[in-house]
Formats: sequence, C-alpha cells, structure tokens
Amino acid sequence: MGERPRTLLDKVWDAHLVSAETEETPGVLYIDLHLIHEVTSPQAFAELRRRGLPVRRPERTVATMDHAIPTRSGPSGRRVPPTGPAAEQVGALERNCADFGIPLFATGDARQGIVHVIGPELGLSRPGLTVVCGDSHTSTHGALGALAFGIGTSEVGHVLATQCLLQRKPKSFAVEFEGTPPAGVTAKDLILALIARIGTGGATGHALEYRGPAIRALSMEGRMTVCNMSIEAGARAGLVGPDDTTYNYLAGRELSPEGEAWDRAVERWQALPSEDGAFFDRVERIDTTTLEPMITWGTSPGMGMPIRGAVPEPDGDASHEKALAYMGLTPGKPLLGQKIDVVFIGSCTNSRMSDLRDAARVLQGRKVADGILALVVPGSEKVKKEAEAEGLDRVFREAGAEWREPGCSMCLAMNDDRLQPGQYAVSTSNRNFEGRQGQGGRTFLASPFTAAASAVKGAVADARELLS
Amino acid sequence: MKPLREIRSRTVVLPAENVDTDQIIPARFLITTSREGLGEGLFADWRYDAQGRPRPDFALNRDGASGAQVLVAGRNFGCGSSREHAVWALQEGGFLAVVSTDFADIFRGNALKNGLVPVVVDEATHARLVESPGTEVVIDIDASTIAFGSRRSSFPLEPFARYCMLNGLDDLGFLLQRAKEIAIFEEGAGPVPWKV
Ligand code: SF4
Repeated sequence: MGERPRTLLDKVWDAHLVSAETEETPGVLYIDLHLIHEVTSPQAFAELRRRGLPVRRPERTVATMDHAIPTRSGPSGRRVPPTGPAAEQVGALERNCADFGIPLFATGDARQGIVHVIGPELGLSRPGLTVVCGDSHTSTHGALGALAFGIGTSEVGHVLATQCLLQRKPKSFAVEFEGTPPAGVTAKDLILALIARIGTGGATGHALEYRGPAIRALSMEGRMTVCNMSIEAGARAGLVGPDDTTYNYLAGRELSPEGEAWDRAVERWQALPSEDGAFFDRVERIDTTTLEPMITWGTSPGMGMPIRGAVPEPDGDASHEKALAYMGLTPGKPLLGQKIDVVFIGSCTNSRMSDLRDAARVLQGRKVADGILALVVPGSEKVKKEAEAEGLDRVFREAGAEWREPGCSMCLAMNDDRLQPGQYAVSTSNRNFEGRQGQGGRTFLASPFTAAASAVKGAVADARELLS
Repeated sequence: MKPLREIRSRTVVLPAENVDTDQIIPARFLITTSREGLGEGLFADWRYDAQGRPRPDFALNRDGASGAQVLVAGRNFGCGSSREHAVWALQEGGFLAVVSTDFADIFRGNALKNGLVPVVVDEATHARLVESPGTEVVIDIDASTIAFGSRRSSFPLEPFARYCMLNGLDDLGFLLQRAKEIAIFEEGAGPVPWKV
C-alpha cells in the first residue's frame, strides 16, 4: 500500500496505541512521562489507596512542588515554608511520593521548579514522547516534538494506576507563521496574535502544530512559550517538529541520553516531523512581518491587540462589555500609558533564561517606577542559579524589582503573591481571567519586554522605545 | 459514580460566554487534598461580594435557583485550567448537567468522568433556554436527548461515556482490564529511557 504522508501527531499517536479506538470505545494510549504536582494529585492518590492499587510505573512519574508554595525567602535567604492548607497539600505530596516510590523534586532540591519548566530543562521531555500532567499548560512540552497535554485528576489516577489513558485522537491544526517578525516581537506576541485571531475556543478538539520560518527561527524556549498557550486557544496540545534547535537544546541535559544512546535517539527523532503533503484538518496562516508586540485588554486571552492599538468597541457583544466593565477600560482609547500597580515576570510561559534576559535588557541601568511592585520569579532552581551566575538578579534588584524563589507565584494567586482588588498588572503569564491573579485583580498579558518596560514607566509601555 | 438515567429539573441560566474554571472555582479553594467541600467555592467571586454577602443579581442567588440541577451556560464553558475541582464543585452545588453550545475539551472529559452531563445543543435551542430561566427540562441519558415544552433535541454522547454513565462505571475499571495488553506494549517499548 502506498504510504500516506503522516503528521508528527499521527506518528506519536500511532506509536503509543495499546489498542486503537473504535466507534464504541476510545483508544488506549500509553503515556511515557507523567508529571505531577501538589494541587491536582492528592485526590488521585486517595483513589488509588481506596482501591488498593499500586503506581504501575513510578519511574515514569516525576513530581515537583510549584503551585501553592511561597516564593518569598526569609532572613536566612531560604524559601519560607508553606503554612496551613498549603503545607498540608505539600505534605500529602511528600507522603504519596514516598509511599508509592515516585521521585520528588521538593523545595530545596536543585531540580525543583514549575513542572513545565523542569521537564524540558532536565531532558525528560523529548521528541516523540507522550507527556501528561494534571495541568492544562502541559502543552508546553510539545515544543520538543512530544505529544503533551493536560488531564484532570481522575485521569491522573488512571495514569498512576495503568500508565495509560482512554483517548480519542484530536484533529490536526497547522498554524504557519510566515516571514520574519520585526525586532521587539517575541514568541509571546506570536501566540497572543494567534489566539486573538482564532479565539479562545478556536482550536477546541484539535492539536496545534506550529510551523513556518518564524517558528523555525525561535529558540527552544521561545517555542515553549508558544506551545504553552495552546490551551488558551482551546487546543489541548501544541507541537513543533523537532530539528537541530531541539537536538542542540537537549544535548548534555542532566537526564538526556548520552553516547551511542544519544545518536540512536537523534536518528529516531529525525523521522518524526510531519511529512510534506501530510493532511491537516485545518490550516491557519499568520504573516509575522506585520506583527507588533501584543497585549490583552480583557478577561480572556483571546482579547488581545497590538500594543499601540485602541481598546476595541464592544459593538453589542455582552462578553466584551462585561470584560470592559471588569477591567475598568474605555473602548476606543489606547492602553499605552494606562497606569498599573504590579508587574509580574514569571510563570511557565515566560520564566526561562531567555525571558529573564529580555526583561534584564530593558531594566539594565533603569529603575522600576515609584509605587510599582515588580516581581521576577524564575521558573526553576536551575534558571535561578543560571540567572544569578549571569548577574541578572543584580540587574533586577538594582532596578528595584523583587527576585523570588521559583514557583507559579502570581500566575494563579494560590500563595500570598496576589493582586489586590482593582489593581492593574502587566503580567507575562498566560491567563487574564477575572480574579486569576487575585480577587478583583486586572491583568494585561504581554511579553517580558513589555512587562519590563511597563515596570519602568509605571504604565503600559512599548518596550521598543527603550530598546532602541 | 452513581448510575444516571434521567434528569428532570428546572434550569438556572448563566448566559456568560467563556466561563473559565477560575470562575467556576477560584484557585484559592484548590488548596485542599479532598474533593469534598468544594461546593463552597462554586462561582465564589460572582456569588459573593468582597464582604462575603451574596450578590442578589447573580443567577445562582436568585429565587428559584436553589435545587436546580441543570445549568444553562454560554459558549465555550469550562475553558482554562484542567482542575477537576470545577466539576466536583458544580456537583456539590447540586448540578447534574450543564447545557451549552460547546464545552472546552478538558472540562468536558472531566465532567463525563464524574457523571456530570455536558449537553451540547444548537444555537436555537440554546437561545430558547437562555430566554426562560427556570424552564423544566428532561434529559434522557440513554436516548441522549433534552426535552422541554414541545421541543426535543438530541445531543452527542459517546457510546462509551453513555454506557459508563448509565451503569455508574468509570474508565479506570476498563483500563485495569487491559493490564495484559499494556504489559505487552511495555515489553515492546523497552526500558524507561532515563534514570531520575
Ligand atoms: S505557572 Fe501558572 S499556568 Fe504555569 S503551571 Fe503554574 S499556575 Fe499553571
């Protein structure tokens, strides 16, 4: 039979089917790597205990703490421990990992960090793997050419017990980022532009594959930023075909294959990218040559606009009106110059070295404006160490920003890093939902460049003015 | 999971679109190791003001809302985070079904796994339900239909999910039965390619 050209998704999917889907039942998909954290796992372990089940493959499971832990350090320079219910949650994770033999990178461990930052940086997330985590931003790992998606807690239990999930194959959706974006336009701007275009439900039921010269030109970390926000377009997964950028990124990582095993792995990985002529259920093209830095004005990541644009008119759209009211914004007016209270640089979207370097480039020799709280939260212990070795922490501190311990922090306001009601923040995270960064808080999502420039101005700013 | 065949209830209508799981249950309620008690956080920031007083104009606080088991909501319901707590909170709040024109993928999967029925209806049916909060509806799981007044429309429900719902079964049992096939697959796949 003639070989039909296959997509990356086809190849990874087919290689992991324990049994194929039928009309009656979903397929059984094998999971290579299962990442867990303190918030979405306790109820899954409780279910295992209730049923008297072991963890099938503890060595395919890796745990860390990131969501609920404090990011402040005490006088000793060490992270302050969690208290109350957060301490209980972290304690439960420690107990569960010990009882079920799962490796845990707890706070204080050199490998701790936001789950989606540590998977790639340790060399665990790799091309061709299936990766899941009880967290919707698992799509991040797709940057390496893995099929990676977020799951609910019941499914966390399924993977713990069977290393498998019942799944139907998603449809495929190719996004071609054409051309070369202008200076100052980053990975974050590419993905915000896509979501603004197709909407928050635009890719529901699909796995996105990011393609084209602008994606090829991105660093691995930039690709992670893009894949990270796939879920904000409704897609559970986002992928990038592996190439030299991928192999160079993985080479020499702590847990990457070595020697002969490495050569064999690269050979396998090279066969993964989507073939010419492979069929995609949907295709979208974005001309990146005309893009500008993007910022969101509303309460959904799809409510984005170019930084120099005007807040769009609602034209009778009730959600749009509701968002404007929550954000306290007037349509037709620019966001540029809008006073802010907080700048948050961090989260699994933008807390890696390249993000911190971008922010530092803007903040170097400048000051955070009076009255602005600027938090810089590295994505992992490794990022923190590397940034400190480069002196980035000094740049941030001298500018008047706070340099914190790694964790999710103000991305979701589960610890005490949160906005006060009514406060405005420019944030490099991924969600601007009502109250996401603290009850009543109002979030503008943007790149590390934009966030850092806004910290300097004390208002929404265009970093290109400071970069030139 | 309890077997579920039919739901007969009035509706509560929350017409907002893109209701994300941070609205269904804000993150601060997720600092728990249990799945109980989450009903308290259900729509907390919409239901209560900063002083914790119920907002009288919020749909769930209106007369007639209490006891309703069917929530009618706007497009793309359940987008955002993968937190299954959103489903647990809705269930603890008494809901057995949510009706919308479409659901976010992860929410939909989580709902099915817990026996909360995601009912997808067409725009016209949806508009009728949104117009009249408190409508008495009948949701028949086996037939996969929702009926009210003289209207009856079917909604998509995978045969497997329907079977599980009708019989109160969950996916885990099904997967555990596949242990042999999984073991064969693992043998073919070789050893775990890393050592943590
Ligand atoms: S940084 Fe934010 S989005 Fe990423 S895993 Fe943590 S809470 Fe989720």
